[in-house]
Amino acid sequence: MTYPYFPGCTLKTKGAELDACGRKAAEALGFPLEEIPDWQCCGAVYPLAKDEIATRLSSVRALAASREQGGKLVTLCSACYHVLKRVNGDMRNDDDIRRKVNNYLELELPYFGETKVLHYLEVLRDTVGWDELKKKVTKPLTGRKIGAYYGCLLLRPSRELGFDDPENPSIIEDFIRAIGAEPVIYAMRNECCGGYTTMENNTYAAKQAQKIVDNARNCGAEMLITACPLCMYNLTKNTDGSVPVKYFTELLAEALGLEEQNG
Amino acid sequence: MLMDTIAAISGVNPRKCMRCGKCSGSCPAYDEMEYHPHQFVSMVESGRIEELMASKGIYTCLSCFACIERCPRSVEPARLIEAVRLAVIRQQGKNHLTPEQIPQLLDEDLPQQAITSAFRKYKR
Ligand code: SF4
Ligand code: SF4
Repeated sequence: MTYPYFPGCTLKTKGAELDACGRKAAEALGFPLEEIPDWQCCGAVYPLAKDEIATRLSSVRALAASREQGGKLVTLCSACYHVLKRVNGDMRNDDDIRRKVNNYLELELPYFGETKVLHYLEVLRDTVGWDELKKKVTKPLTGRKIGAYYGCLLLRPSRELGFDDPENPSIIEDFIRAIGAEPVIYAMRNECCGGYTTMENNTYAAKQAQKIVDNARNCGAEMLITACPLCMYNLTKNTDGSVPVKYFTELLAEALGLEEQNG
Repeated sequence: MLMDTIAAISGVNPRKCMRCGKCSGSCPAYDEMEYHPHQFVSMVESGRIEELMASKGIYTCLSCFACIERCPRSVEPARLIEAVRLAVIRQQGKNHLTPEQIPQLLDEDLPQQAITSAFRKYKR
């Protein structure tokens, strides 16, 4: 089954590996991703202000377009997932926002939050299944000690995202096991990497990121994996670089033996 | 008046807060803020908005949503901080980051996401 896919601005540029490996692996696992036409950047941060409509429009356009294409929308980037899912929640639950957005967009059919926003990892867990994934692995990453880095955007607020247990998540650890490696649990796997402050206040962001890397290394992680290009940047550029960081899709493609087809 | 603005932007009722301090205990930006999240909530409640608008801490909240996740009363402190920040940057000439500053802040690995989110958080 083909899934409508929202790549987002960063996966078209700096996060190209997250995208390319993700698509290749999805194809191999039987859920090809099809980019929705004419998508626009989600804005990278969820508009917390209740009175902002303009910053929600690009998300709603993508969500409404997916409604006509099977009712699901898959993302790879943690930030896109976070923004799309929360804006979708607003369209479902906030009468005021829904009315204003619909008045503005004048869609053929008003949008009520019908689309289901899915992260790629959720498709792996719920549609493919870890056991099935395990069977498809041809090059297991045996003996590799990998720390899952969740950060904030996939998990919180859990009431709105419903992705995993926000205090003790397990989905990325299950993924690591499925590709044959060993997950390393460390306390700061769901702490913030410094996020968007990196440009304006780099010293501050660097302090946050280094704490996470130190904690992961001290717990025995030889590598960290993430689904977020900004976390990737903060954990590599704003630290001593003592723990390499990869996108989870890079390891997925490696375990599925898709690497040599890399262009 | 200012209190009404903050209430309208945030949708938060600070009177729900029971001062348990869980938000501040969870906050990774705690040391960077002159008013910690639980104090922030109580200052909004008592109308001390100008002091908050002048504080640097409003730019160090990471929007990590730990406070929202853990607040037992669903107060959503991060929404209040965002509302106060917006009350500042929505004023003419009060952007915290301007396009002219960008070139010197860029490095070649910086993802688009960083630039887009910084503009959304610091500028109107
Ligand atoms: S969202 Fe802001 S105030 Fe709340 S815990 Fe995170 S950094 Fe602290
Ligand atoms: S966690 Fe909630 S109830 Fe407790 S002090 Fe913070 S805002 Fe108030």
